[in-house]
Amino acid sequence: MAEAQATETRELPYVAAINEAVRTVLTEQPNAFVAGEDVAGAGSVFGYYRGLLDEFGDGRVVDTPISEEGIVGLGVGAAATGLRPVIDIMFMDFMGECMDEIANQMAKMRYMFGGSAKLPITVLTMSGAGMNMAAQHSQSLEVWLCHLPGLKVVMPSTPYDAKGLIIGAARDDNPVFVALNKMSLRLKGPVPEASYEIPIGEAKVVREGTNFTIVTYSRMVHESLKAAEELAADGVDVEVIDLRSLQPLDTDTVIASVKKTQRAAVVHEAVRFAGMGGEIAAQIQEHAFDYLDAPVARVGAPFSPVPFSPALEQSYVPNAAKIVAEVRALLGG
Amino acid sequence: MTAQPTDEVLLDMHRRMVRIRNFEQEAGKLAEDGKIPGALHLYVGQEAVAAGVMTHLSDQDWITSTHRGHGHLIAKGGEFGPMFAELFGRATGYCKGKGGSMHISNMDLGMLGANGIVGAGPPIAVGAAFSCKTQGEGHVAATFFGDGASNEGSFHEAANMASLYKLPMLFVCENNGYGEYTPQANHQAIVDVADRAPGYGMPGVVVDGMDAVAVYEAAGEALRRARAGEGPTLLECKTYRFFDHVGVRGMGLSYRTDEELAEWQKRDPITLFEARLAELEILDADSAQAVHDEVLAGVRAGIEFAEASPLPDPSVLLDDVYA
Ligand SMILES: Cc1ncc(C[n+]2csc(CCOP(=O)(O)OP(=O)(O)O)c2C)c(N)n1
Ligand SMILES: [Mg+2]
Repeated sequence: MAEAQATETRELPYVAAINEAVRTVLTEQPNAFVAGEDVAGAGSVFGYYRGLLDEFGDGRVVDTPISEEGIVGLGVGAAATGLRPVIDIMFMDFMGECMDEIANQMAKMRYMFGGSAKLPITVLTMSGAGMNMAAQHSQSLEVWLCHLPGLKVVMPSTPYDAKGLIIGAARDDNPVFVALNKMSLRLKGPVPEASYEIPIGEAKVVREGTNFTIVTYSRMVHESLKAAEELAADGVDVEVIDLRSLQPLDTDTVIASVKKTQRAAVVHEAVRFAGMGGEIAAQIQEHAFDYLDAPVARVGAPFSPVPFSPALEQSYVPNAAKIVAEVRALLGG
Repeated sequence: MTAQPTDEVLLDMHRRMVRIRNFEQEAGKLAEDGKIPGALHLYVGQEAVAAGVMTHLSDQDWITSTHRGHGHLIAKGGEFGPMFAELFGRATGYCKGKGGSMHISNMDLGMLGANGIVGAGPPIAVGAAFSCKTQGEGHVAATFFGDGASNEGSFHEAANMASLYKLPMLFVCENNGYGEYTPQANHQAIVDVADRAPGYGMPGVVVDGMDAVAVYEAAGEALRRARAGEGPTLLECKTYRFFDHVGVRGMGLSYRTDEELAEWQKRDPITLFEARLAELEILDADSAQAVHDEVLAGVRAGIEFAEASPLPDPSVLLDDVYA
């Protein structure tokens, strides 16, 4: 597998893994460039492009005006004509400014042109609540993207996955969104120094278990793992699946697990209503109905904008305690 | 040209600027001490713009603001207590703790919100100006936005529509030379944002944004036009923010020099204004200090009110969710 050709492996924070991934992409692909707001001089407001301007110059690490529609359009046009753009949309919430370029251009051009156009474009963006950034800087809007045929969508939970998925996205000849998580920037984990790619569309079983499956992604992987430890005391042996890729979705891994455990919950930070949980629950009942001992539970944010006040935000964002409570309720405990 | 400001108006503008300055300085300290959650974009250095424009507006006139919105709300009549309470995320805040610094608003004062989305204000102000025109009571809408925001498509669409419909509207570009950490020269190929106005069929006016009287006079003429049905104006105020993009010291990036900051600080809008008031024998140094002291006491009382206020109860989370 391309994933594991490790040379030296170090502990790196998520933010440094992103930096290393983009440096790798710029080194390996002479046609690649990074463009976005404050990506060059400032190295991004999250710090993950620091040093790249000095290393690759302002032709390949490009500061743009605050013009999201223009920035994504730049990426679409450049990708269609021979370059391999890595486009930065600082916060996922700002997709509103550029949704036509995403939904009607980037996602559809190859199909509408009868396959004659190819768009090797990677979009890096930031999702997630938990930092008191209020309603317009805290959303998890991945389903906006997953609902659009023509886009791949990945959401790494660890530094290892962040590096491998970004490199994988940049090697892909089609548009891939990499939605990062702002609460995870300082999270540390092992990252091989070498270049490696995680195939897009492969989930990972991050904890094996026998009688309950939690399907999750992004930061909720860590909350689900904590919940699994707590549930072990109740005799619930939880298998945790990190989807990593939402589009394409690795239904096989999910179904195989549910057939084994016969009970499942889907956990995500996004609003529960019309979230990924609905899709995954439907897939499970379509493919493993006869195996199910209970309905598929869904844990997600309540149906409201993200509130500012820490007192409200804490009760808004899903966490291990809520996952445990939800699973216990499902199991009638 | 509009009439020169009366002594009363000058003192009013002075107080508005001092109110903003003291609020923002104390908010900055609280943010640096980790006592205010989230991100604060402070207005220190730009006070003359808010004061010079807002002195012309009543509660029935509307404004839209930006992520750097406290100064606009204070100049529009915002009170310290519910403002600090909002920044602290308390139930007694203007938005009941649900909005915070980036969404602070007050409909009763005609303030349609700070905004977390750069460039979101101008189109909303077009709608407010459309209401003003339809309602025919002589009210106007003013939209504040930065040099950086003038590169968003939303600004351009709003400028075209406001001019097309001859709306009673004022576009106020606060050009502080930077969009976040990017200097203006690296984000647009022009020096004066006001140059964009003729392309939309409206006048573009450049003023010294550190000079409250210059802002007041230019805004007065633009608002006279707006109220007379002659359409919008783009007023560009050249200014500078004395603090970092976020907070006071921010992320510590070296994107501008200490010398440049010091140069602009020599033209501190409040110092300049106080010198002028002293020269005109309207306000001497002691009386100016008295205004600062009184305002600072009000700011401290506002902070105490906020700190003593309850956090919102989790049961209110879904209040105002209707779909
Ligand atoms: C649509 C959108 N893009 C980007 C951002 C991130 N951002 C917040 S403030 C800012 C700079 C705005 O610059 P300017 O309009 O000049 O206002 P200033 O901060 O100088 O007052 C940016 C890029 C945002 N909040 N919204
Ligand atoms: Mg600016």
